[in-house]
Amino acid sequence: MLLAIDTATQAVTVAVHDGATVVAEQAHTDTRRHTELLTPTIRDVLREAGLRPRDLSAVAVGVGPGPFTGLRVGIVTARTMGLALGVPVHGVCSLDALAHATFAAGQTRRFLVATDARRKEVYWAAYDVTDEGVRRTDGPDVARPAELPGHLRGLPTAGRGTELYPEALPHALPQLDVSAGALATFVTGALRRGESLLEPQPLYLRRPDAVPQAERTPVTP
Amino acid sequence: MSDATTDEPLVLGIESSCDETGVAFVRGTTLVGDALASSVDEHARFGGVVPEVASRAHLESMIPMLERASAEAGHRLDDVDAIAVTSGPGLAGALMVGVASAKALALCLDKPLYGVNHLAAHVCADVLDHGPLPEPTVALLVSGGHTNLLVVRDIASDVEELGSTIDDAAGEAYDKVARVLGLPYPGGPHIDRAARDGDPEAIAFPRGLTSRKDMERHRFDYSFSGLKTAVVRWVEARERAGEPVPVADVAASFSHAVADVLTRKAVLACTELGISDLQIGGGVTANTQLRELAEKRCAEAGIRLRVPRIRLCTDNGAMVAALGSQMVMRGLPPSDLALPADSSLPVASVQA
Ligand SMILES: Nc1ncnc2c1ncn2[C@@H]1O[C@H](COP(=O)(O)OP(=O)(O)O)[C@@H](O)[C@H]1O
Ligand SMILES: [Mg+2]
Repeated sequence: MLLAIDTATQAVTVAVHDGATVVAEQAHTDTRRHTELLTPTIRDVLREAGLRPRDLSAVAVGVGPGPFTGLRVGIVTARTMGLALGVPVHGVCSLDALAHATFAAGQTRRFLVATDARRKEVYWAAYDVTDEGVRRTDGPDVARPAELPGHLRGLPTAGRGTELYPEALPHALPQLDVSAGALATFVTGALRRGESLLEPQPLYLRRPDAVPQAERTPVTP
Repeated sequence: MSDATTDEPLVLGIESSCDETGVAFVRGTTLVGDALASSVDEHARFGGVVPEVASRAHLESMIPMLERASAEAGHRLDDVDAIAVTSGPGLAGALMVGVASAKALALCLDKPLYGVNHLAAHVCADVLDHGPLPEPTVALLVSGGHTNLLVVRDIASDVEELGSTIDDAAGEAYDKVARVLGLPYPGGPHIDRAARDGDPEAIAFPRGLTSRKDMERHRFDYSFSGLKTAVVRWVEARERAGEPVPVADVAASFSHAVADVLTRKAVLACTELGISDLQIGGGVTANTQLRELAEKRCAEAGIRLRVPRIRLCTDNGAMVAALGSQMVMRGLPPSDLALPADSSLPVASVQA
C-alpha cells in the first residue's frame, strides 16, 4: 500500500495505491492552507480506503519545484510518516507527476509543464512522449514565461501557468494540478521496473533571498 | 485516540518557531530526552534570522532531532502518550514544519495532538527545573523575538498579557547595539562579556516608557528602539569627534538600562497585583546584569524569583513537551488535526 502526497502547487492532493490501482484519492485545489489540510486529508483518504496508517508500506511525495512553504509541509509530513511507520519515502519531481497525468489523459506529442512560481515566474519542464510514457528533456527550472524560448512556449502546456500567463503560454492542456493518484501510479510503475526515484529532498531552484549585511567598520575602542 | 490522561504522561514536544529545531521527551515534569539543532550560524552574516534560511534548516533537522531525542530518552516514538507542538506565535514558514511533522506523528501513532503557545511554553520550561509553577505567578519573557509581561493563573489554560514591547524585543536591541559596537551576531553574549569591564552608571541611557505619562498609558509595556537609537547617536558622536569609544562602558550602561526597566516593571506588576512569585524566561535571561538586578529587587520586595538554567531559557522542545504534559495531566481535550500554524497567536490562547 503506497500513500502519495503532493503540496508543490496550490493543491493539496493525497492518494492510496494498492499496487494495481488507485484505491482512494482526494484533493483540495486552490488553497494556501497546506498545513491545516494535509494530515486531515491523509486521514480521510486512508479511512475511505479502509486502511490504518500501519497498513502503508511506502510513502511517495512530490518534491517540487513549488512555493517553498507548502512544499516543505508535504515533504516533512512524508519524512515523518516514514520515520513513524518505518517505511521508505520516495521523492518525485512534481512536474513529472503532472506530466505523467497528462500522458495518462492521452497526450501523444511533446509538451511543456508550467506551474505557478509566484513573482511573475513559472516552474517549468519539457517532455517527450513515447509509447511507454514521458521523458523529461528540459528543466526543471524557473523563468519568466515570456522569456522561455519560443519553441518551448509554442508547445501544448499543462499546469496553472497557462491560466496565469495565457499570452506567453497560449496552448493550454486541461491538466492544471498535480494529482497524487497519477503520482502514485508513476511511482508504482517505476518501483516495479526497478527504477530509482528521488530522495525526499525539496527542489528549491531558488536561493533564499536575503542580503548579507554590509560590514560596519568596528568602533575604535 | 488513546486516553492519555495520566499522572505522569510521556509527551513528545516539537519547537520550530524561530531558528531552533527542538524535540524533547518529558515524563510528567521530568525531562528525559532533549535534542536541539540551531541555524543561528547560518543567519550570522545576515545580521538577523532569515525566515527562509530558518525554514530550510528546520526541514533538514526535524527527522534527525526526532531520532536523537528518542534515542536519548530510550523511548520509541510509539511510547508517547501525546504530541505537543508550538503552533504560534513565530515565523509562519518555520512553524509549519514543526506543526506538519507533529500532525504526521499524531496520525501515524494514533496519539492526541496539542498545539501550544510558544510564550506559555517558555514560562512552563521552569517546571522541569523547579517543579510545578506557583500560581498565580507573574512571568517576564525576554528573547530575541519577544518581550512580554504576563500573569499566569493556570499555565495550561489561563495566561493574561499585562504588557509587551511596543517596538523592538529586548534581545533584538542587544543584537542591534552589538552591531554598532562591531560585535558579532547574536550580540547579547558579547555585550554581556564586554559589560563586565565597564561602568553601568557611566552613561545615562534612556529608560523607555517610564515617564509619568507613559506609566499611565503603557504601565507594563516596554520600548527599546529609543534606547537603541540613543546608543547609536552616542557612539556616532564619539566617532565624529575622533574620540575612542569606551565599548565596555557603553555595553555596561546599555545593559543596565535594559535590566533596570525590565525588572522595575516586573516587580511593580507583582506588587500591584499582590503576587509574590516572578518567573523569568527567554534567551536574554542569560544576561548577567538582568539576573543580578532581578535577584536584588525581588529580594528587596519579598518576591520569590524563579529562573531556569540557560539551556531551558532559549528555544527548545523541552518546554513545549512540558506544557503539553501539563495539558494532558489536567485532562484537557486535544487540538484538532486541522491545527494551523498561527504566526500571531495571542498569548491568551495557551492551547490552539
Ligand atoms: N547574555 C546575554 N545577554 C543579553 N542578551 C542575550 C544574552 N544571551 C543571549 N541573548 C540574546 O537572546 C536572544 C536569543 O534568545 P532566544 O530565546 O533564542 O530568542 P529568539 O528565539 O526569540 O530569537 C538573542 O537576541 C541574544 O542576543
Ligand atoms: Mg532562538
